Amino acid sequence: MFKLLEGPQTLGRGRMFWSCFLVGLGAALTYPLFADSYDVGNFAYFLIWIFMALGLCLMWGYGGMLSFGQTLFFGIAGYGYGVLAINMGGGSATIAALVLSVVLAMIAAGILGYFMIWGGINGIFFGIVTLSATLVLAFFLGQTAGPEWHIGPARLNGFNGMKGMDPLTVGDFYIEGSALYYVMVALIVIVYLALRMLVNSGIGNVIVATRENPQRAEMLGYDVRKYQLLTFVIGSGLAGLSGALYTSWGQFITPSSIGLPAAAMPIVWVAFSGRSDLTATLVGSFLLLFGFQTITVYSQQAALVLMGALLLATVMLAPQGFVLGIGKLVADWSRGRRRGDGDVIAEAGRLQSEES
Amino acid sequence: MALVEVKGVSKRFGGLTAVSGVDLTVNAGEVHCLIGPNGAGKSTLFKLIVGLYPPTEGSILFDSVDITKERPYARVQRGMSIKMQAPSVFKELPVRQNIQTALQERLSGAERIAEENRLLTLLNLAPDSDKLAGALSHGQQQWLEIGMALALKPHLLLLDEPTAGMSPEETYKTGELIKSFNAEGMTVLVVEHDMAFVRQVAQRVTVLHLGKIFARGDLESILQDEKVAEIYLGKTHAH
Repeated sequence: MFKLLEGPQTLGRGRMFWSCFLVGLGAALTYPLFADSYDVGNFAYFLIWIFMALGLCLMWGYGGMLSFGQTLFFGIAGYGYGVLAINMGGGSATIAALVLSVVLAMIAAGILGYFMIWGGINGIFFGIVTLSATLVLAFFLGQTAGPEWHIGPARLNGFNGMKGMDPLTVGDFYIEGSALYYVMVALIVIVYLALRMLVNSGIGNVIVATRENPQRAEMLGYDVRKYQLLTFVIGSGLAGLSGALYTSWGQFITPSSIGLPAAAMPIVWVAFSGRSDLTATLVGSFLLLFGFQTITVYSQQAALVLMGALLLATVMLAPQGFVLGIGKLVADWSRGRRRGDGDVIAEAGRLQSEES
Repeated sequence: MALVEVKGVSKRFGGLTAVSGVDLTVNAGEVHCLIGPNGAGKSTLFKLIVGLYPPTEGSILFDSVDITKERPYARVQRGMSIKMQAPSVFKELPVRQNIQTALQERLSGAERIAEENRLLTLLNLAPDSDKLAGALSHGQQQWLEIGMALALKPHLLLLDEPTAGMSPEETYKTGELIKSFNAEGMTVLVVEHDMAFVRQVAQRVTVLHLGKIFARGDLESILQDEKVAEIYLGKTHAH
């Protein structure tokens, strides 16, 4: 099973890559020992969004489905967590609220995805429909300021957003600060490795084959609609995980975290990073989030303009993504050193070939 | 015994009737060629059989089961395997992964790798197995797609102009390959208009013209049919 951690669908293999991975993980685990609690909390905040980026990478980069509506599922799970945590009374029930809210997002993705995929919606129209659904939810939630908009004791509160839910809690212990940071790191490692195994498995082969040529994939006996739906549900579930963790982290959520500017952000992260590779998305998204947050301290408008400029630069200069491009250069350079410059295999779409 | 039965199938696109009331039987174990001039409806009939088009009228049976309303993947799961006219491979994936994707439902582990290697060697693609499929020549992509179709170990192999763009040498080799699979019991339906290739592989031939069956029979009788020779094949090809 662990063989699937490496394969033709993912950047990085061998001792060098996994050594770097362990060094990075070690640095992440020791970071709270040296940093102050404010910075640790900020880092936990960056990490929240990584799940949504990885989910979009799976759907767009591997599955060929550009969803412009990841914040739809972010919002469903975010609000879902709030409603459930408030109604279930907080405490350890927040863990159940987290799980159930992600399941809720996945069910919503299953329903929307079923109608889109079985209805033959693909390409640019997939993005249009998902964005439309996202804007509908954001608009609807913005209209819920009145006291009549509540689910049990949980008020939706319109543009002011929902608040009053407990953070993730085990017994009497609130998972906040460093504890939340460690939970994030653990979840990211689990999700990242699980996704590597998924895309390098037989299912991943079919997902990528469907992206490349859905008709050919169907003519190999695969019902490509089921694979597309699976990809959409997993990717949306990860967006939901980000949403639920976000609500737990800040103990509030507003419609602005679902609307158009928020919906565009995952596209920028993943496009800049390199949509066709999980590692590039992981690293690139973290760097962008870190940069965005740093600039936002001084000017949120400047940060948004920079994001737009980065998207333009990516589309024009590095359509495969900047981080992926750098990773490719490093991989080619490393392989060139091992084999001699003359026999490097040219590869347009992947970072390394199977060395059989 | 009939493996494929096309019964009274028609296909209309708006006001255009591409295929009209076609009856076709492909018997188990034969190499059956579907020929005809451009616009005869060969490719449309092929797409009706593989499930890319729903027929306007009529029904299609595979192994005595009505598959008229089944999608292509379901037909493949019943034992069909399809190679389309234009090379249809996963161009951004390595050659080996193309074959692997076709094989993985049937075989796993060492057995799958051995079969991958066998097919790559058989199709002269072993030296290029790490290349992206899109980097192969046109003829190699045709072979790769044939390899993917064969990887499914089908009862019925459907080939739409498998030698398009191939050199005479590659065409001949493809014909020998098809004959060897047929000798192992595989039924093959080929849409083709390269008569040299048809002569090399066909056991039975059906001629389509203007969407209707014009003639059918064994290879010799079709080659000697004056009307077919004059109108569709050209005398120089027929003799």
